[in-house]
Amino acid sequence: MNFLSSQRLLNKMSKISELSLTKIVNGIKKKDFSSEEVTKSFIDSSKKSKKLNTYITECFDEALEISKNFDKKKDYKGLLSGVPIAVKDLFCTKNVKTTAGSKILHNFIPTYESTVTSNLWSQGAFLLGKLNCDEFAMGSSNETSFFGNVKNPYGEKLVPGGSSGGSASALAAGLTPATIGTDTGGSIRQPASFTGTVGLKPTYGRCSRWGIVAFASSLDQAGPMTNSVEDSALLLQAMSGYDSKDSTSVNKKIENYSSNLTEKIKGLKIGIPKEYRVDKMPTEIDDLWKKGIEYLKDAGAIIKNISLEHTMYALPAYYIVAPAEASSNLARYDGVKYGHRAVGKNLIEMYENTRSEGFGNEVKRRILIGTYVLSSGYYDAYYLKAQKVRQLIKNDFDKAFKDVDAILTPSTPSSAFKIGDKSDDPVSMYLNDIFTVPVNLSGLPAISVPAGYDKNNLPLGLQLIGKAFDEQTILNLSLAIEKRANFKKNYSVWWT
Amino acid sequence: MTEKKFDYFINGEKDKWEVIIGLEVHAQVLSQSKLFSSSSTKFGSEPNTQVSLVDSGFPGMLPVINQFCIEQSIKTGLGLKAKINLNSVFDRKNYFYADLPQGYQISQYKNPIVGEGEVILDMPYGTKKIGIERLHLEQDAGKSIHDMDPENSFVDLNRSGVALMEIVSKPDLRSPQEVNFYIKKLRSIMRYLGTCDGNMQEGSLRADVNVSVRTVGDKKFGTRCEIKNVNSIKFMEMAIEYEANRQIQLLESGKIIDQETRLFDTKKNSTRSMRSKEDAHDYRYFPDPDLLPLNLDKDLIDKLKKELPELPDQKKERFIKEHNLSSYEANILVSEKEISDYYEEVIKGCDKKLATNWITVELFAVLNKKNLSIKQSPISAKNLSSLIKMITSGKISGKIAKDVFEKMQSDDKDPKQIVEKEGLLQQSDPKELEKIIVAVISKNQDKVAQYKSGKEKLFGYFVGEVMKASKGKANPQLVNEILKNKLH
Repeated sequence: MNFLSSQRLLNKMSKISELSLTKIVNGIKKKDFSSEEVTKSFIDSSKKSKKLNTYITECFDEALEISKNFDKKKDYKGLLSGVPIAVKDLFCTKNVKTTAGSKILHNFIPTYESTVTSNLWSQGAFLLGKLNCDEFAMGSSNETSFFGNVKNPYGEKLVPGGSSGGSASALAAGLTPATIGTDTGGSIRQPASFTGTVGLKPTYGRCSRWGIVAFASSLDQAGPMTNSVEDSALLLQAMSGYDSKDSTSVNKKIENYSSNLTEKIKGLKIGIPKEYRVDKMPTEIDDLWKKGIEYLKDAGAIIKNISLEHTMYALPAYYIVAPAEASSNLARYDGVKYGHRAVGKNLIEMYENTRSEGFGNEVKRRILIGTYVLSSGYYDAYYLKAQKVRQLIKNDFDKAFKDVDAILTPSTPSSAFKIGDKSDDPVSMYLNDIFTVPVNLSGLPAISVPAGYDKNNLPLGLQLIGKAFDEQTILNLSLAIEKRANFKKNYSVWWT
Repeated sequence: MTEKKFDYFINGEKDKWEVIIGLEVHAQVLSQSKLFSSSSTKFGSEPNTQVSLVDSGFPGMLPVINQFCIEQSIKTGLGLKAKINLNSVFDRKNYFYADLPQGYQISQYKNPIVGEGEVILDMPYGTKKIGIERLHLEQDAGKSIHDMDPENSFVDLNRSGVALMEIVSKPDLRSPQEVNFYIKKLRSIMRYLGTCDGNMQEGSLRADVNVSVRTVGDKKFGTRCEIKNVNSIKFMEMAIEYEANRQIQLLESGKIIDQETRLFDTKKNSTRSMRSKEDAHDYRYFPDPDLLPLNLDKDLIDKLKKELPELPDQKKERFIKEHNLSSYEANILVSEKEISDYYEEVIKGCDKKLATNWITVELFAVLNKKNLSIKQSPISAKNLSSLIKMITSGKISGKIAKDVFEKMQSDDKDPKQIVEKEGLLQQSDPKELEKIIVAVISKNQDKVAQYKSGKEKLFGYFVGEVMKASKGKANPQLVNEILKNKLH
């Protein structure tokens, strides 16, 4: 290869990693570029991104090998044919280390593949690597990971959000054409909002939880994280589907989200919940919300003021239900069967040492909270009460959706904050999830779409909440906002 | 028959005491695969060869309910004449142990699949109804093995996730004997239903025994102790006896009973404290978020009800009514499904009363002597049936039948062949018999004269001589008739 052609290839490659998922899929199909070229391009940008700390495990050699084989076989039938994708390290991947961002699983290599990643691979995609996340998905800033905090492309000192912070950062920085995360209380939507990307939490039961390291089973849901709404529709379609191995998975037809995607939303009724106008909310968030309303009006939507009256109880209820389930889900990490094991004089001491060494502070805090709220004498006052609140929040949404087709809110109460700013104050950290948590408690689908910037030019997202299993409507509404907001990545690359 | 009276009271130093017992029976559901995974439940396989990723608690693994186990527990509930709950919930019971891979056991806490029911016991002092509080489904834990290595413990997860039915009785039992009868009846019902093999040696049936005492006439229950995991009826009886006496001694010496969990030491024949109420685990039960509430279709329950086999109580009633058996006989025949199956095979086309006698007297004597179960009987039901038919049709006498029965025990020989081969057919031809009788009379003219002069007792002598002359084959009834005629 002479200098000129390799230079041309380099240019082409760097351009590829800036393309959307949809363009890459189509480009491979039309043979504008090969799967190998695509893969090389993302590997190249990934390798230069160590400062972002997005990868826990790199599968670059294997990915390159697969891409070469793909180019030989040229099987374009899948929705994601020939596309390398890095995923949150909460999805179990066969023969590839899966850590959940925790020391206790730092050496765990599953012999099985999660249903959701299997779905991606059967659509022609392949694994590029495993992305950093908050330990067991517990966190809103990616600071709780055993593998160190992830940085936001929008600023070296900024968190990318969490828990899918590695995914959001890698996506925003062009290290993967798209990615998948999990969302228990906002873990897809909040980092999407912080990094100017699109993050969708599907309806609970839409995507199988089989093979995803569990945090809070009744809230966890996997979803797509992408650079555009169009990509989100495509990836959602590829990853969702009924799975008999997950009893909470729902056997409902998957729409063709991509071909149904339209910005023609005229006549749709959009609810604006007054309870989401919280105290001390920065005016720029309020302004963004108003802008969102204007965009949707412009597209022909009808705006309605609604009330979700139990919203203020969502966060406390969430921080009872989620830790309760987590305290039980994480009991299996005991050093007996796999993962980290510390020594001890007897079984109990081995447990104590293993779990003391293996879990970080935030995980320990939630195990303690969860154990407390389930313990006898406190169960009724906390867990049972929280479940009742949860029902009331669900009822609020049910009532609202009799009058409206979707609900518009800000995704987060602020833009990305600084690393270390909230890590000593769990409550202020938890407040970050104030707009996202009610959705998980109700099992509804919601999407965060980038819609503007704050005064420091940091991205801000708007959230659209849909009816159960109506992902299509919120995708369409997001498209309408995306077209009007005309959001552009405006960071300057500082990490190479 | 004089009815006995219940008499299990313990005389202490000061008072006469009554023993109150309630049982939590753990019965392994008869099924090919585990409650929440497709691993095999086969007993006795190499350690850790029947373990799936779900059973061993790997990250991201989810339970999926085994519908067959649900149906098995519904059937059991119906067999206990219990209420089937259309809505029930699986909960997590949280505790740490090395053989509990998930760190919790999936069980049913507040909303079990089966509610209140009953079991009828036929005690020597009459029938007694034992209330069933509930039946719930849960998964078994694995097995910790502490005696294979001086330093380490081993864990075998083959049992991990196997479906158990926990059947909780009301505190209605009053003696070790009632416990014995209760366990046997419960086991019998489940074997009839095919929902649990009841094999106590393999651990398919074991019980936690709750024991308390109170002075006779007292209406209030005393403080109970729970004896964990007793795996034989004999041990249950021994444990109750010991525990009741221990409690009485304490109470009579002015002490109180601590509510606690105890273990039965089979070698020392005593119970010892395992943990007190204060040390009791806080299991932090909550609904398992990986499983949806179990909502049953009423049609399914109706269907299972229709398919229910005849159970011991119904069978007993039928045997008494239709076969004219005594309650005692019927009880024996229905006590185990295999016995009633055997009986019903034997009575095809033959006398039921006679069949009952042959089974409960002759056959059981052989089984007892050889320590065999009815399934291992050396004589098949079919062959016993044809033996009895030969008796009733007069082909052989009862006496000859006993000889034939003896011979049948080796290789389950066909009685017809034995009779034919050995020429044991009963002599029922009146002409032939007459010849023998005439010969006997002519040989004993002196005795005939004595008979005719009033010594009627000599009739038996003539019968004996005729039987001897026929080598025991003469039909006794015919001999009687002909002899009477000839001697007149």
